[in-house]
Amino acid sequence: MSGNLAQAYAPLLIHLLVALGLSAILLILSSLIGQHRPTREKMQPYECGITPVGDAREPFDVKFYLVAMVFILFDVEAVFLYPWAYVFRELRWFGFTEMLLYILILLAGYVYLWKKGALDWNPSKTQRDRQT
Amino acid sequence: MDTAAFRHDFFLILPEVELALFGLAILLFDFMLGVKDKAGNAVFAMLGVIFSGISLYRLRTFGPEAVGGFNSSIVVDPFFLFFGMIFLVATGLVILLSVRYLQIENEHHGEYYALLLFATVGMMFMASGYDLVVLFLGLETMAISFYILTGFLRHQRRSNEAAVKYLLLGAFSSGLLAYGFSLLYGISAMAEINGPLGVPLQVPRTNLDVVRTALELRGPTDLLVLLSLVTVAAGLFFKVAAVPFHQWAPDVYEGAPTTITAYVSVASKTASFALLLRLFLYAFWPVRVNWVGIIAAVAIASLTLGNFAAITQTNVKRLLAYSSISHVGYILLGLVAAMSGPDGNETGLKGIAFYLFVYAFMTIGAFAIIIVLRRQGLIGDELDDLNGLFQRSPASAVLLLIFMLSLAGIPPLAGFVGKYYIFLALIETGHYYLALFGALYIVPALYYYFRIVVHAWLREPTGEAPTRVTPGQSVALAVMCFVTLVAGIYPEPFIRLATYSLTLPSVLFGR
Repeated sequence: MSGNLAQAYAPLLIHLLVALGLSAILLILSSLIGQHRPTREKMQPYECGITPVGDAREPFDVKFYLVAMVFILFDVEAVFLYPWAYVFRELRWFGFTEMLLYILILLAGYVYLWKKGALDWNPSKTQRDRQT
Repeated sequence: MDTAAFRHDFFLILPEVELALFGLAILLFDFMLGVKDKAGNAVFAMLGVIFSGISLYRLRTFGPEAVGGFNSSIVVDPFFLFFGMIFLVATGLVILLSVRYLQIENEHHGEYYALLLFATVGMMFMASGYDLVVLFLGLETMAISFYILTGFLRHQRRSNEAAVKYLLLGAFSSGLLAYGFSLLYGISAMAEINGPLGVPLQVPRTNLDVVRTALELRGPTDLLVLLSLVTVAAGLFFKVAAVPFHQWAPDVYEGAPTTITAYVSVASKTASFALLLRLFLYAFWPVRVNWVGIIAAVAIASLTLGNFAAITQTNVKRLLAYSSISHVGYILLGLVAAMSGPDGNETGLKGIAFYLFVYAFMTIGAFAIIIVLRRQGLIGDELDDLNGLFQRSPASAVLLLIFMLSLAGIPPLAGFVGKYYIFLALIETGHYYLALFGALYIVPALYYYFRIVVHAWLREPTGEAPTRVTPGQSVALAVMCFVTLVAGIYPEPFIRLATYSLTLPSVLFGR
């Protein structure tokens, strides 16, 4: 049993070792052979974009969280559609009506979000007043 | 899937479906209502509760038989009907009390009522679920709605603080519970491979019958069984706020809007007890030997801490929080009696069911008096705010007296009958010391309940204008007062209902 197990997983182990070895060799070689001319720009975490200044731990606008949450919600909804599509032929109209109901319930949530202004990145003055 | 079978299953969850639909509709209709007409949401929510109640009532035609649906993942039996009724009545009462309260707090969001209905859906599934996954989902639906409702007074620091505390501790306890459930799933999978369940199952492995068989096979001393039951019990004790998992209760009760405090202390606690009873009386029944001692210890600890901590409180909401912890102790004592002996004890079950039923009415009643006292500029939850209530509003003072006496367990009120049956069950099963403890703790309870009454009846009034009671609030108060009185003076029908609803465990769906 254990012999078989070792045999079965041996390729995986060899693959792991080769991957680790190769990346180690590449890193070592490039640091040995390569030329080093560090400049101020090169040493920055990001070479393009705005110069990162100050502490990263500052309050973010709550809008980011809202968008992330809405994204996850509708992403998960899409995930549920896949297994349904797979057995669509077997479930026929029953599956179709079930999914329709499911989408309708989500649609209610979507309308709610829309009306609440969760989808507007820059809510107008009146909307902001209504929300608070 | 068979359409006829689906229709049958759909009929079984119709009460929940209706509540959820009304909740969704409130979210959308709220946009059409102006600030002045926000009470329309309450009317709509009330309609939802009534429709759901009618559907629930129609389910009684199945009689004492347990009917399974959706591949036995939910079950409709008298147990579910009984708890479903308590949830719906509690929701209805809270809606009646909420309208004016929200106007005073100046929070006009329709989401309040939608969340109330969603929480009720979760509770109903906690009572009807017969599958670990359904039970857990029900619990989370309820809990998440409550986290939001607790923090509903966004402009009050107290409310926000309570919501965050509730969320963090609640998530922690849900994690514990989920961990225990995953272990139970593992146990039932192992039983399926190694044990007599070798035949392919017709139901998922998370079904409570499978869990029960698996636990029976492994026996009560098995390490995995112990580990899973310890984690599940810890999670459940947290949800019902039993010592030593009670710390969240006083803070959450104090900070939450008072209507939500009433709802959390009654509906959430009853739902958690429904889950606890379903698991302990059905799934964990074969391994109950080790459990009687632990539950008795938790019950005594809850009684002790709840009663003594309540004595020193000056805030009525905190005081009632500690008193509710001590009530959990009494109900757990009833569970000890029900689980004792080779065949269990019917009187204990009767006591638990009756106690939970009357607890709902008298506790919402007590909080309702504080809600009625709330007006602009006065929260009304300090003991001194009650001063001279008798001069200001004699009716409220009399009602307060009735609810407090009932909570303390004075005959001929409902609270007494509940305690009587629990003590009777303890004596029947030979737990004389536990009965003695329980009876002795009525003395400190009397002291702190009477402190509230003394403030309301004997102190000179300090507040000004008399409090006005809205028709909705009067209806709610009248219902609660009626049940508290009638269930105490003539408990027969209620006892029969309790006996019918909670029966001793049996395998619901034979395999």
